[in-house]
Amino acid sequence: MDRWPVVEKDLSTLARPPVVADLDAERASFTWEAARARLDGLPGGGLNIAWEAVHRHVAAHGDRVAMRWVGKDGTVVDITTAELSRRANRFSNALGALGVSPGERVFFLLGRVPELVEGVIGTLAARCVASPLFSAFGPDPIAARITIGEGVVLVTTASLYRKKVAPIRDRLTSLRHVLIVGEGELPEGTTSFAEVMSAAPDTFEVPPTDPEDMALLHFTSGTTGKPKGAVHVHQAVVHHAASGRFALDLQEGDVYWCTADPGWVTGTSYGIVSPLVNGVTLLFYEAEFDAETWYRTLQEQRVNVWYTAPTAVRMMMKAGAELARRYALPDLRFVASVGEPLNPEGVMWGIEAFGLPIHDNWWQTETGGIVIANLACMPIRPGSMGRPLPGIDAAVVRREEDGRVTPITDPDEQGELALVVGWPSMMRAYLHEEARYAKCFAEGTDGRRWYLSGDVAKVDADGYFWFVGRSDDVIKTSGHLIGPFEVESVLMEHPGVAEVGVIGKPDPVAMEVIKAFVALKPGYEPGEAMRRELLGLARKHLGAVVAPKEIDFLPSLPKTRSGKILRRLLKARELGLPEGDLSTLEPEPVR
Amino acid sequence: MNTEIETALADALGGIAPEADLSTVDRSAILREELDLDSMDLLAVYTALSEKLGVEIPESDYPALATLDGLVTTLARKLAAR
Repeated sequence: MDRWPVVEKDLSTLARPPVVADLDAERASFTWEAARARLDGLPGGGLNIAWEAVHRHVAAHGDRVAMRWVGKDGTVVDITTAELSRRANRFSNALGALGVSPGERVFFLLGRVPELVEGVIGTLAARCVASPLFSAFGPDPIAARITIGEGVVLVTTASLYRKKVAPIRDRLTSLRHVLIVGEGELPEGTTSFAEVMSAAPDTFEVPPTDPEDMALLHFTSGTTGKPKGAVHVHQAVVHHAASGRFALDLQEGDVYWCTADPGWVTGTSYGIVSPLVNGVTLLFYEAEFDAETWYRTLQEQRVNVWYTAPTAVRMMMKAGAELARRYALPDLRFVASVGEPLNPEGVMWGIEAFGLPIHDNWWQTETGGIVIANLACMPIRPGSMGRPLPGIDAAVVRREEDGRVTPITDPDEQGELALVVGWPSMMRAYLHEEARYAKCFAEGTDGRRWYLSGDVAKVDADGYFWFVGRSDDVIKTSGHLIGPFEVESVLMEHPGVAEVGVIGKPDPVAMEVIKAFVALKPGYEPGEAMRRELLGLARKHLGAVVAPKEIDFLPSLPKTRSGKILRRLLKARELGLPEGDLSTLEPEPVR
Repeated sequence: MNTEIETALADALGGIAPEADLSTVDRSAILREELDLDSMDLLAVYTALSEKLGVEIPESDYPALATLDGLVTTLARKLAAR
């Protein structure tokens, strides 16, 4: 842990003084009431994310470029705050015209196009619930999420609809409307997004909104069972706003680029809400990763703050720092990363490539926003996720036999990373899953109530947090959290498959890649042909990101005496690690 | 159309995205989206193509390889210059 020297900073050389000059002082003086007071609140009462992000700015800053969209073909479109507000109003009105009621869920299966931002803001203003999906998901994950979320509207493109939704449309019984963004022929059973927008008025009054009303539904994965829909409320905007200033150093007038996919929580909290609330110009860049075009974009768009992911950083590292240095980036002030721990080499590579270290931070779908971070003002300990933000009390805890937890005070001792409940963007439920929600919380022996993250970490003597691993079998790949069960279920659909165990195999670029171990039924031959059959099946149902990258065949899989497949043991064997206590293991069959 | 390149691509895809069918691909659309490849799949495809065809494919060529037409044209030029 001490191998990497601390990255010290000279704050006087920064182009803009950081929002937080001294984290300890800011933590001491911070209150959530003060953070809330920086927002306006609805004129008619309550708090609504859409109002704080867009509509409230129209009077004073209507001409400010709220969003600069850069299309795949290089097209640049500036959308002012006033224009974004009008377009979002049209969508709010369109939802009303379609008979969608407050509280009902509107799903988005879209890439980074302006309609996504207009749609999400319009949905929130109408007090409906926005739920963005990842467009690399295959039909099965999409069906599972829309079903759990009881989606009534889906906004997508004709191409995504044909590939991923049409095959499962008959399973989506809650869905009443599919709105298609873009040109071209409308698939059967869908409506043109542009048409419903043009038929709708561009003025809309945001109705009074209870800060505890459901606003966003983000899906995440557990070890077992179906995906979980984490519910966030309008109150979350207090944290979206504050954490964007603290952890990303967002300041009015900045140009800010978040590379996260809009289907993940980062794409909403920091891809849409936080930058707009904080009055920065949101660079909405449509194309996927390519090192050279990314650097050119940073240069041409004069990006000040850049929020990206470790997988992207590691792919840039492969392309070499020399390529990055060909681009002059005098406007770039702050670079941050989230998704999985950024390795120390990645932090340092930022200095080599951009003259700036990369600032790792930590949060989850459930926390709704960044809670632990390396701030602009802080020396960086490469490999550490940083320290808790103002307003956040974090610790690593030990579980006691009575079900309570005890915060660990000894430095460098491992425990489960936990947060004292009460920050505004904490999830309020897993939709329709009370028992699984309740399992995320525990009473502390210190009298406080804690949210348990499922991540194992340690805290050093100076309060820096270090990620150690997951306490469950959830796989972290390319910044996505994937539940092994979802992958195993699809492979089990193959008639030749008897047993499946899916693990995350460590990978230098993606942190982990999904690897499946398969035992076949008698009469089926393991080999390349079967491997391809299973891979094709998984990719068709799950999509590229959720499907396994590797498939191995075994005569049988290790199981507990109760028949549960031991993913941990598969992983230990894969890595050549000690296998631990095997006393509960079912004996291997003699073959 | 260059059959050597398309055969090599089909071979490469066999191990990475076996369900892919090049005959249904819109040749001027982004290949990655047409075939549902993520960034790691794409890198694996380029690496396999480089090995099968015996040509270097540096990072700076990636933008030119984005569509099936672009990929065939770019790699045909490399093969010719070999």
